[in-house]
Amino acid sequence: MPLVFAGACSHAPGITGRAERAEPAARDRFYAALERLRQALEAARPDALIVVAAEHFANFFMNNMPAFALGMADHYEGPIEDERFLRIARRRVPGHRDLSERLIRRVMDEIDVAYAEEWLLDHGIAVPLSFLTPRFDLPIIPANINCQGPPLAPLHRAYAFGRALRSAADAVPERVALIGTGGLSHWPATPNSGKINEAWDREFLRRWSAHDKAALLSYSDAETYREGGQGGFEIRTFIAVAGAAAGATGEVWCYEPIPIFAVGCTVAVMHLGQ
Amino acid sequence: MSLYHVQKLLYLLNRDGELRRRFQGDRAAVLEGYELTAEERGAITAPDIGLLYVLGVNGQLLMHYAALCGLEWNAYLEAMRDGVRRHGPVRAGVYAMVPD
Ligand SMILES: [Fe+2]
Repeated sequence: MPLVFAGACSHAPGITGRAERAEPAARDRFYAALERLRQALEAARPDALIVVAAEHFANFFMNNMPAFALGMADHYEGPIEDERFLRIARRRVPGHRDLSERLIRRVMDEIDVAYAEEWLLDHGIAVPLSFLTPRFDLPIIPANINCQGPPLAPLHRAYAFGRALRSAADAVPERVALIGTGGLSHWPATPNSGKINEAWDREFLRRWSAHDKAALLSYSDAETYREGGQGGFEIRTFIAVAGAAAGATGEVWCYEPIPIFAVGCTVAVMHLGQ
Repeated sequence: MSLYHVQKLLYLLNRDGELRRRFQGDRAAVLEGYELTAEERGAITAPDIGLLYVLGVNGQLLMHYAALCGLEWNAYLEAMRDGVRRHGPVRAGVYAMVPD
């Protein structure tokens, strides 16, 4: 069944953990866009959701760091963060081992992806799910792109990973949806937390929405680090979504820079089926 | 290379409840198993979040460790600034402080 949905959103821990400290109007516009994304996802009637996230050392460390990884389990635990910090209760989220395995076999035609039969969720997946599947009842297939421990895979490989996920999803009978989660420019977990390069973000989203592949893949890591901070390396997740939606253009439903959330809060979709 | 071991310990602490309990009971005993300098050992034990930041601990690992140590958000950000004031700029990694 062709991929039924492709979207992207932010995942910063402040989105749930520091909700009351945000400027209310901007926060509520962002939350409303996430609710719109939830409804669009539900309308696509997915059997499973691939979440392409940039995790933060919940599972993968520099002893054995995969550039790309996919979960292959019937359930996942998380979030690992302190519950008071993230304000999301620890729980078990359903997976779909059999579907994961079939997808992984197909992805391996194009990408040497690592697989993991254990996977702990962190805010990169838990925060988006708390809005998009608030009962945490839709089976997920976690995917990770290393955006934390350089050396990182180049952007064109992140795009190819998305394209491989798309080919795999198209080849299974299940209705598979996909979202990417990550920041654009941000300096999280530094004293600069709250710094956001809005102009850089808007230009990135322009390239993403237009599906201007050459421009989207032209950022060097040095440029991203300078203009978008180390958090900017997470543009790989958005680029993977573009790869999964080859031939489609996208639309940004929300972009709100919210400093206490440490990121330009984004909700966007790709128009599949064009 | 012992920054690697500092980060490895924080990584494991963040994800392993049993190790957390042992660590909170007897920090020195848990630290025995890691190759650490005296400065690193002291920073983890105190805990001195500012010094760990300056040593170059990945921010995501440190953010979780600061929450585990009970630091409220603003106190955590201030601890990193204070670390830079006391010990100078971040020495390694990609989480350096930059001009706002
Ligand atoms: Fe992130």
